[in-house]
Amino acid sequence: MGHSMKRKEDDRFVHGKGKYVDDVKLPGMLYMDIVRSPYAYAKIKNIDASEALKIPGVLAVVTGKDLEQYNLHWMPTLMSDTQMVLPTDTVMYQAQEVAAIIATEKYIARDAREAVRVEYEVMKPVVDPYKALDEDAPVLRTDKEDKKDNHIWHWEVGQKEETEKVFNEAEVVVKEQMHIPRIHVSSIETCGCVADYNKIDNHLTMYMTTQAPHAIRTVIALVAGHVGLTEEKVRVISPDIGGGFGGKVPVYPGYVIAIAASFLIGKPVKWIEDRSENLQADSFARDYHITAEMAGTKDGKILATRMKVLADHGYTDAAANPSKFPTGMFSIGTGSYDYPTAFMEADAVYTNKPPGGVAYRCSFRVTEAVHAIERITDRFALEIDKDPAQVRFDNFIKKDQFPYHSPTGWEYDSGDYHAGLELAMKSVEYDKLREEQAEKRKKGELMGIGISTFTEIVGAGPSKDFDILGIKMFDSAEIRVHPTGKAIARFGTKSQGQGHETTYAQIIAEELGIPAKDIQVEEGDTDTAPYGLGTYASRSTPTAGAAAAIAARKLRDKARKLAAYLLEVSEDDLEWEPGKFSVKGAPEKSKTIQELVFAAYTNHPQGMEAGFEATHYYDPPNLTFPSGAYICVVDLDPDTFEIKVRRFVAIDDAGNIINPMVAQGQVHGGLTQGLAPAMYEELIYDEDGNILNGTLMDYLVPTAVESPSWETGHTVTPSPHHPIGAKGIGESPTVGAPPAIANAIVDALKPYGITHLDIPITPYKIFKALKDKGVLDKPIAE
Amino acid sequence: MIPATFDYSAPSTLDEALKLLNEIGDEAKILAGGHSLIPMMKLRFAEPEHLIDLANVPGLAYVRFEDGQLKIGAMTREVDTEESAEVTERFPIFKDVAKLIADPQVRNFGTIGGNLAHGDAANDQPAVMIALGANLEITGLEGKRTVSIDEFFYGFYATAVQEGEILTEIGIPVPSGKYGNAYHKIERKVGDYATGGVAVHIELDDDGTCTKAGIGLTNVNPVPLRAERSEQALVGTKVDAEAIANAAQYASEDCNPSDDLRGDADYKRRVIKSLTKKMILKSLERANA
Repeated sequence: MGHSMKRKEDDRFVHGKGKYVDDVKLPGMLYMDIVRSPYAYAKIKNIDASEALKIPGVLAVVTGKDLEQYNLHWMPTLMSDTQMVLPTDTVMYQAQEVAAIIATEKYIARDAREAVRVEYEVMKPVVDPYKALDEDAPVLRTDKEDKKDNHIWHWEVGQKEETEKVFNEAEVVVKEQMHIPRIHVSSIETCGCVADYNKIDNHLTMYMTTQAPHAIRTVIALVAGHVGLTEEKVRVISPDIGGGFGGKVPVYPGYVIAIAASFLIGKPVKWIEDRSENLQADSFARDYHITAEMAGTKDGKILATRMKVLADHGYTDAAANPSKFPTGMFSIGTGSYDYPTAFMEADAVYTNKPPGGVAYRCSFRVTEAVHAIERITDRFALEIDKDPAQVRFDNFIKKDQFPYHSPTGWEYDSGDYHAGLELAMKSVEYDKLREEQAEKRKKGELMGIGISTFTEIVGAGPSKDFDILGIKMFDSAEIRVHPTGKAIARFGTKSQGQGHETTYAQIIAEELGIPAKDIQVEEGDTDTAPYGLGTYASRSTPTAGAAAAIAARKLRDKARKLAAYLLEVSEDDLEWEPGKFSVKGAPEKSKTIQELVFAAYTNHPQGMEAGFEATHYYDPPNLTFPSGAYICVVDLDPDTFEIKVRRFVAIDDAGNIINPMVAQGQVHGGLTQGLAPAMYEELIYDEDGNILNGTLMDYLVPTAVESPSWETGHTVTPSPHHPIGAKGIGESPTVGAPPAIANAIVDALKPYGITHLDIPITPYKIFKALKDKGVLDKPIAE
Repeated sequence: MIPATFDYSAPSTLDEALKLLNEIGDEAKILAGGHSLIPMMKLRFAEPEHLIDLANVPGLAYVRFEDGQLKIGAMTREVDTEESAEVTERFPIFKDVAKLIADPQVRNFGTIGGNLAHGDAANDQPAVMIALGANLEITGLEGKRTVSIDEFFYGFYATAVQEGEILTEIGIPVPSGKYGNAYHKIERKVGDYATGGVAVHIELDDDGTCTKAGIGLTNVNPVPLRAERSEQALVGTKVDAEAIANAAQYASEDCNPSDDLRGDADYKRRVIKSLTKKMILKSLERANA
């Protein structure tokens, strides 16, 4: 623990020896390609596959009508909605799956895709989520008999009347309309699978890019159990994954079609999305329209917040949230600040866009919530003409107020927000920057400083509240120590780059004294790993990491018994130091953990079970609440409004850190993925529902070139309820960075009277905002 | 991302390539570096039936100073001008432009000739060649002919290279006196096509009076554009603030950008104005260095 051990998995990756799903090659394997809809909303009049079937090597063209015979044309979503596997009559978004080609070669399958003729009757789609609620808006989900509008659900939390009262009486009220754009995870590896159904023993092996292999196995059994694929007949193997970020949690239609094809043909079927399909059809993230309001006093005390969300879910609610939380953890949006009153509500609507709402490197809608609270806090500071850092200091929950009960019902476990912001300000030399900014404003130069002091909520979650499809959100670890003192440990989670093979080994090493290098960590095979809900929402360390620590402690207890037996003393007379037990007062009398493990197989006392293995399913008592203080400094070109991020200081508090190097790597990657929606990424649709940037040529994923030199640091406030005091780090930077950047850019534009810009903030967007406001060429030098 | 079926030939002489090209006709496409053509084929925007790869044709990749010109073989990779000290010391603009063309992998394979012959106003080399007043050598079965850069670009993906011909060499006059040049584009992120780009080349006499100016604009017109009024605004002046402001203003007025995700026409004109000013100043600085 606390040691920057090099990642064990990296040998494999840097030598190009990782094994990804597209590396799976099985004898007789067939290839699948998918015909997709060019229209956002259309009736399918006819699908003519005759020309495609004439191409040598094409075995089948699968349509919704084919799947309908097996009742496999629809599937449930994680949010208890329904989603088409393949349509029988209507397509609901551009790039939706329409038919699948099965061929002996992927090249042949691709050519056959061009040869399938689909006749459509194009309909006017519903694209704008606000218009989706208009009375005369066409009802999209006509498959649902009782559905009379496009409204999916309403959700609310907090104190509606009290909040209204506070707002009515407050000295200062600020309000901004914000859009947190629809974005895409764009992991390096696209999604894909090899479905291998063996007719002889009626067994399906599913190699697939999934962050949650066990949950997928259960879903497959739920969807296809009626055709004989019951859960014991299904094995899901998730090999090395090239980035998941929430995009590899859902079940996509392609997986189900591949399974159906393999089931019917009796041969393995490989399906690998190409880049455009991945971007255009796979689950989006965010897309919340938020009206955020803050009430406070003139001298800067926050009194209440109010948020109203319109959530654009596309044509089905296929979000990946815990069942009871349709808006995920959005209610963390009261932020790091102490005030008694808040109210939040959300409505979700159907539109003719791809479904999704995945937690892109974020604990279920925390990113949206954090952006809203951090932006509106800055807006409040601007209104009362007070430094945004000072407003934060004046309102922070104080260190001694933890555990803190938020107005939306959470119990924050621990935090020291003052320390974080103080360190960030010292690192960036905040006061000097403000002086420099004042000088520059006199000359008409545009420089901005932005702060984000966020609280995350991760580690879902306690079984009383958290489940997915009814399965509680525990996670698991199983440790088997071999007679020679080396171990294998298996988990219900699944690393996609997080470094579990290293950090889990370090946790066990810390607890059990076996060197981390002697512990092999395995995940991703449902036939061998204990059941778990997978890796997303920064939950691996809070849940499976805790399970590892507790399973290791069970083994340490057994080792103590063995030591007492071998050294002929009582257990109370033994002292533990990592790696060995020794007799109190007689340190020369000791047994190493390796000796004790060996004894467990060769010389264990009568009445004790042989072997040295333990399993633990960890049900967290609470969530963990990582926090951070980020400061961003930007310079803007006064003519073209190009944005240069000059500095970015990120101080994170993730509790105790297992491996500082891995944690820092996570922060660097996360900050870059926070920069992405702040300045570059957004999926853009025109009024006909056509995606305007469906390739990486126009969907702008930032690279190392765009990334500033990140300056990172941390404060340590351990979680009081987690076995090793850790909180989770993977997602904080993605969550915390966008508002810091947005706040900095809006601050730079203060001389123009700009109070808010929606992310992504691009040079062109700044130009347009100034032009629309009529201040484009307003002299701003003071 | 799998192209339609196509045939492929890799002739080993220029003559063989030309014969093949004439034999097959307009269903054949010349493959140089492939970094525009192959992506278009993978997206099935282009489906040529036959690719004639010039990779094995000797004698098309070189940079040399000869007869008062910098001569660049059409198959010269972008990286070879970027990393040639001889070229970038005398034409620093090549360092500017190369750094802005996609990424190192693309520059290691993409060719200067391909960049021009693709005939895309969004490419960067056309504006540079306009500024530098390049001449282009085009070879056919009948022999070679040379056209000026101003006669090279016809329309969208259309150039003076006719059916059965191959672009073989680019010649750039090397000035004898004081001169400087520079290129920059604004892009949304690295590797993007330009929101707008400006190449400037100026020549000065001993008093610092501008004797010649070349200004080329990227991606703000259906074909690569020479900003003639801007050039005239500089020639005969000491390239003072007023001349620069005029040149920048004219460039922004004379371009014809279209609205797209990079920005509307107004924004692009503003970008061109700003870049024209900055590139003139940078060229001036280099000329006086």
